[in-house]
Amino acid sequence: MRPARHSYYEATARRRLAGLLDEGSFREYCPPTMRLTSPHLPALGVPVAFDDGVAVGEGRVQGRPVLVAAQEGGFMGGAVGEVHGAKITGLLERALDVRPDGVVLLLDTGGVRLHEANAGLIAMGEIQRAVLAVRHAGVSVIAAIGGRNGCYGGMSMVARSCDRIVMSEEGRLSISGPEVIETVEGIEEFDSQDRALVWRTMGGKHRRLLGEADALVPDDIGAFRTAIAGFLDRPRPITLDALMAEQARLAARLERFAGCRDGVEVWERLGVAEPKRVPDLGIDAFNALLPSPAEAAE
Amino acid sequence: MEHLEFDIAGWAGVNPARDHVLVGVVGSGNLEVMIERAELAGRCAVAIDTSIHGFAPTWRRVVEDFLARHRLGDVRVSINDGGATPAVVGLRLDQAAAEYTGGVR
Amino acid sequence: MDGDFTTARRAWNTLETNHRERLARASAITGGKVVDAADTVALLEAVIEPGDRVCIEGNNQKHADFLAKCLSQCSPERLHGLHIVQSNLALPAHLDVFERGIADRLDFCYSGPQGLRMGRLVDEGKIKLGAIHTYLELYSRYFCDLTPRVSFIAAEAADADGNLYTGANTEDTPAIVEATAFKSGILIAQVNRLVDRVPRVDVPGDWVSFVVQAPKPHYIEPIFTRDPAVISEVQILMAMMVIRGIYEEYGITRLNHGIGFDTAAIELILPTYAEDLGLKGKICQYLSVNPCPTLIPAIESGFIEGIHCAGSELGMEAYVSARSDVFFIGRDGTMRSNRIFCQLAGHYADLFIGSTLQIDLEGNSSTATLSRITGFGGAPNFGCESRGRRHASPGWLKAGREQPRPGTMPRGRKLVVQIVETFGDGMAPTFVERLDAWTLQERFGLPLPPVMVYGEDLTHIVTEEGIANLLLCETMEEREQAIRGVAGYTPVGLARDRAMVERLREKGAVRYPEDMGVDPRLATRDLLAARSIRDLVRWSGGLYDPPARFRNW
Repeated sequence: MRPARHSYYEATARRRLAGLLDEGSFREYCPPTMRLTSPHLPALGVPVAFDDGVAVGEGRVQGRPVLVAAQEGGFMGGAVGEVHGAKITGLLERALDVRPDGVVLLLDTGGVRLHEANAGLIAMGEIQRAVLAVRHAGVSVIAAIGGRNGCYGGMSMVARSCDRIVMSEEGRLSISGPEVIETVEGIEEFDSQDRALVWRTMGGKHRRLLGEADALVPDDIGAFRTAIAGFLDRPRPITLDALMAEQARLAARLERFAGCRDGVEVWERLGVAEPKRVPDLGIDAFNALLPSPAEAAE
Repeated sequence: MEHLEFDIAGWAGVNPARDHVLVGVVGSGNLEVMIERAELAGRCAVAIDTSIHGFAPTWRRVVEDFLARHRLGDVRVSINDGGATPAVVGLRLDQAAAEYTGGVR
Repeated sequence: MDGDFTTARRAWNTLETNHRERLARASAITGGKVVDAADTVALLEAVIEPGDRVCIEGNNQKHADFLAKCLSQCSPERLHGLHIVQSNLALPAHLDVFERGIADRLDFCYSGPQGLRMGRLVDEGKIKLGAIHTYLELYSRYFCDLTPRVSFIAAEAADADGNLYTGANTEDTPAIVEATAFKSGILIAQVNRLVDRVPRVDVPGDWVSFVVQAPKPHYIEPIFTRDPAVISEVQILMAMMVIRGIYEEYGITRLNHGIGFDTAAIELILPTYAEDLGLKGKICQYLSVNPCPTLIPAIESGFIEGIHCAGSELGMEAYVSARSDVFFIGRDGTMRSNRIFCQLAGHYADLFIGSTLQIDLEGNSSTATLSRITGFGGAPNFGCESRGRRHASPGWLKAGREQPRPGTMPRGRKLVVQIVETFGDGMAPTFVERLDAWTLQERFGLPLPPVMVYGEDLTHIVTEEGIANLLLCETMEEREQAIRGVAGYTPVGLARDRAMVERLREKGAVRYPEDMGVDPRLATRDLLAARSIRDLVRWSGGLYDPPARFRNW
């Protein structure tokens, strides 16, 4: 026996793209041969990457046209620098012209690249604005999270601004990282070494149970592909009414789970049977805990 | 950072399967290797940016052995290195060459 | 007087008398064997005498940490000049006793992170260093000239009679207990729980002097867990060479794996690479090793028949208990580990394989680093020829035939293998002209350079470049060139005599991947039977329960 899965978690950005897109369909924009590398890193004595840590381009998923960006988590933790950010923003802006069935963002990032602080922060704002513009134009934006770095910082806000989020249980989604919380609030508040706690409060299963992720899939590129294909061309409304409803829902959630110290307590209040068992459940058993799509729609 | 450039005699008559390949990721102890087809009268132009100083002779030996192993010519080999050991460098170079020449499984 | 050869009468039971005096002093503190934790310092001051040899049980996993701390809190006026004889110095309290003048002499095996502070205390003259031992040596000396007067041990549970249950982490306890209890010594056990009836008796109560329930369970660290997620392609390539070029070649069925990512990679490609080569049932059937989680896939896929363990590993308890055909399990259902027996089993196995930091041109290797005294542990007893061995096995005989030997008497040979990348952390070359161990010897005035595995014991070196078979080298010059021939781009490797290495290659003393049918392009993480801790849990059917720090779910 050996794991025959094509692990999404293990794969590089380019291998994820190869597994996500129909064979031979990927056409890269600003490819590595153009050497659009960071103008900031050499001054700091840090090596650059020929694609600045993100591959962007067009391709097809199950025959349907998409634009896609894949962050390389192995390069500077997938952090967003000036060029990296501009490539994602440019890709999103192109969607306004070509109107694909979806823009797919394979996120694997700690957030802003601190070495390029201001440029990175500006890039984050530009990406955020572009995501909302694309959604406003009626094009679906889908985020996928299942890499080593999870999705943190400004990019976590970008992810939550998308129409849909597909996660694996290995994926993590949160604004502040575990180490940051521990540093700021103290180890009594959050022990970043307790990785089981990290996943109970930031991991894919927690995000799915809270309704922030729309699908929880096994750590398999094919599973991501299937889930992403199912969300193509299914935009969510981005009207004032929809935003007000979301705001009200989040306010109610804050009240409902006030005082919870651990994901397990949240799951208990959600009415999950045997909440302590959740981390060890297989994906099918876990998804069986969730309401059916019909119930969820109510 | 240290920037190294080597111009090395190569082998003629290599028919690449692709115009360019990119292999590996720039991370701690890791590197990316890009091989591009180039009209260089059979020679090989190698450019390396590495985060570790003082290993120029070692790089030269590693790259020369690699080019000889795969009998490459008319190529531009570009490397961004995050401090990989020669073992990892050799592995990545071989992977890049396999993809470039179509010898990949 | 007729028939009396003695010129002066002497007492022959002073130790026993002294033992009774010590117990009498303790009777002011406790009426029975069980001592209140709050009275522990007073107990130690009552039963220990200045100048005593004291053992504080501790190894790379469990420690009598509460008793160590209590000793460091004793009054230096009451207790001083103690001679500490213990295997592992790991806790701050172990050195506090020297800093405070309670102890001044030390014989030990291994220090690890405390090595830096220990070096300073040696420099300041607060520690008079006896010797640095291997585990087997130090425990052997317990039965010779270093028998402890007082020993502190750690156990899981005790009853009121002092019967002890050591659970899966029995480890060094039997050796310490045996030496202390049968030479009129005082044996004090720190336990996690006091119970009416222990699940099994690992130490009989009448050997135990006192029992203290520690305020906190003794600390155990999961030090044998290697996360498959960080195994590199280079390590996988080397693992492939080990399987083809050594395990298959010699038919190695009984062996000892050192702990590390290199050996974890071997374990994790047994169910894939070795299985595809048809090697199941032909290699790796019996291991002397701790229950490393990376062994799970090889056990589950039927490669491994038996494993005896020196210690346990956190999270593996339920899995090990459920595989009593493979592991040594008590009738209570938990594993019984024993360092001495595991070391002996490994010593008489067909092969040892482990990693090191530096190898010189004679094949001597050392893990010493310049700034600290670390010591040996168990590797030298695994990583050496077993000259007392008499039984044969095919691999042992083959190795014996390969080794040039004066005279006509045939012998077998154990294989001792070092597996290393040519460059280590920070591009430090593994292959060197001169070991740092020589500098360390000068700095600390040691009688010999601290060598982990001697060149004369070493038979094979595996690097990412290939395998050097030192058995096939007939001269020291050939040996040196064979080592250079696999030393890659290190200065030692670059200085090779290419023609001579080619000749060595022709006779198999140097082999590269293509010489042994290893395809480096297969060396990807896809070859690993488990690529994450979660995969190991899946292989174990949910029985392996990894510590929180290793989870990503």
